[in-house]
Amino acid sequence: MIDPKYWLGQIIAFSLFAAALGYFSSSPSYTYHDPGLGLLMISFSHSSERKEECREFTQKELNNLAPNMRRPLDCPRERVALHLELIMDGDVLLEKAYQPTGLTSDGAVSVYESIPVAAGEHEFRISLRDSKRESGFDFSKTRLLNLKPRQLLVIDFREELDGFIFKKGE
Amino acid sequence: MLKAILRTGFEHVEDGFDLLFGPKWNPLYQLGALGWFYYWIVVISGIYLYIFFDTGVTQAYLSLEYLTHEQWYAGGVMRSLHRYASDALVVMMMVHLLREFAMDRFRSSRWFTGIPMLWLVFTAGISGYWMVWDQLAQYIAIASSELLDALPFFGESIARNFLTDAKLSGRFFTLMVFIHIALPLILLFVMWIHIQRHSSPKVNPPRELALATLAMLLILSFIQPAVSQPPADLSMVPATVNLDWYYMPLYPVLDKVPGLTVWIALVLGTVFLMLLPWMPPGKRAAAAVVNLDNCNGCSRCVADCPFSAIRMERRSDGKAYEQEAVVDADHCTSCGICVGSCPTATPFRTRSELAPGIELPEAKISALREKTNTVSAQLAGENRVIIFGCDHSLNPTDLSNEEVGVVTMPCVGMLPPSFIDYVLSRKLADGVFLTGCREGDCSFRLGIRWTEERLDGRRDPRLRARVDTRRIARYWSGLTRRREFFKELSKFQGKLEDLLPDSNRGGGMEKESSDD
Repeated sequence: MIDPKYWLGQIIAFSLFAAALGYFSSSPSYTYHDPGLGLLMISFSHSSERKEECREFTQKELNNLAPNMRRPLDCPRERVALHLELIMDGDVLLEKAYQPTGLTSDGAVSVYESIPVAAGEHEFRISLRDSKRESGFDFSKTRLLNLKPRQLLVIDFREELDGFIFKKGE
Repeated sequence: MLKAILRTGFEHVEDGFDLLFGPKWNPLYQLGALGWFYYWIVVISGIYLYIFFDTGVTQAYLSLEYLTHEQWYAGGVMRSLHRYASDALVVMMMVHLLREFAMDRFRSSRWFTGIPMLWLVFTAGISGYWMVWDQLAQYIAIASSELLDALPFFGESIARNFLTDAKLSGRFFTLMVFIHIALPLILLFVMWIHIQRHSSPKVNPPRELALATLAMLLILSFIQPAVSQPPADLSMVPATVNLDWYYMPLYPVLDKVPGLTVWIALVLGTVFLMLLPWMPPGKRAAAAVVNLDNCNGCSRCVADCPFSAIRMERRSDGKAYEQEAVVDADHCTSCGICVGSCPTATPFRTRSELAPGIELPEAKISALREKTNTVSAQLAGENRVIIFGCDHSLNPTDLSNEEVGVVTMPCVGMLPPSFIDYVLSRKLADGVFLTGCREGDCSFRLGIRWTEERLDGRRDPRLRARVDTRRIARYWSGLTRRREFFKELSKFQGKLEDLLPDSNRGGGMEKESSDD
């Protein structure tokens, strides 16, 4: 049995511990996103163009290759950087170049950007350059959208589905 | 410096807890055992929750809502116990880690095996919150997968899976259930390894403390049941979440610091903590060594070693005894408790060199006898006392005066009871006062316990019956109980004054037959 003289002190100590457990298990609350703003997420994975065009092997080069490695085209693996630009209501929100992944810079670029934006109606124009051209863009799309506070707008990119896709939660 | 401040701080807090709980139930002396206790509560309550948990995108949340509200008296309580015991486990683990560091008890493999538990406990806890699939789960799912995406191992972004409901599958919850069960099982295995080097490990807190802490968790579960936040909705940003700060203090950091930087800090921090036992300025004292000439294979040192660093093996020197003690130097903490248990470590030995069957090369038992004799020779006055203390409690050098001499050793458990007999029967002092770490919190785990059992005749080697136990006092002072220590010492000296007629007082060493 617990010595009665310890009872009160123990009750106080256990109560304090329980209060600390109860409080800090869910408080204080943490605000990581301004509740008055919407959130724009750009997320996609895409491979840009190769830096150099494929060329045909000469017969001499083919002869120098092991038989099981002979193939008609020589395609250098390195790809160009991918350029992305996002303009909202005429203001540039994002302008960034993404280097290809992989040890030989031949991997797909994984884009993942989150940009808080003011709630309300906005015109979004997003553009992508994945080729060797110096300026301009290969894909571009403009949308007029109304964003509520805390609402998420996801911009995906699928080349086979006509480029950019805007997905907005209801 | 940091350690000293922390240690003093801990000891002052522990003083308060000793007043409230008494040394036997002081939770700060039971941190590891309480951790085990909370772990089992988490496991048992988790098994109950698992029976009702549904692994679907919407069903996961709904099944927990059912438990929380429709079955509040059982499922709701179990859910709350699961959460609060998990939180308490984190508290125990972190305080345990900090305290072992403060008390300088981290220079061992136990510390090394304890650090991976941090990863396992936190990951298991976070995966549990993920399974609820409420707005908190949505937040930690995205934040955690963004952190994983920062590693250069994953080609596709994992966080992409949490951007729209369409991409989320019920199978994901099956995976989370698997992780949430597998990690605690691995944790249990590491916990088992963690205590392998403890003899008589404390994996259960005293029953009264366990019942009280369980009652506390139950009351808390009824007063403030654990509930879900609104269901996850991937089309909306939760914006404000109620974090469990015991498990998620890192998440606000993730919003400010790049993921790769966080990974580097976490990995470097873990490696640093794991290597801490071997970092300077720690100097490991030489391990105990066995002297086969005097080892009769009695195995008392094996029974008394707190860290299972001694084992018995077949005799290698051809003597008639069956076995001999063998020290595992890597696990020996040089506490000397084995020396205190050795029947050959008797200071009465005069016909041959005082070399017991096992001893510490840097704190030989012959030097302890020499020190005792020297200290005794300097004593004068009416109530001469020799204090035997340990190096981990009060700094004894300034305790000595004309009537009081001090002899220290790594742990008071190193003192064979025959030394007390030696001091009193040879009239080297009028009384013997033992001190050391606090009761219930010996720096070497079992030194105080074994000493008390030896003196009380409950453990070999026992104090001889001829010794007048009224001339022996014990006070386990730790670092901070200096005032109480002097009060006890003064009381003891007063008792000696009443106890001893002048004829019984000695003025120095007397010849007595050898016990050889």
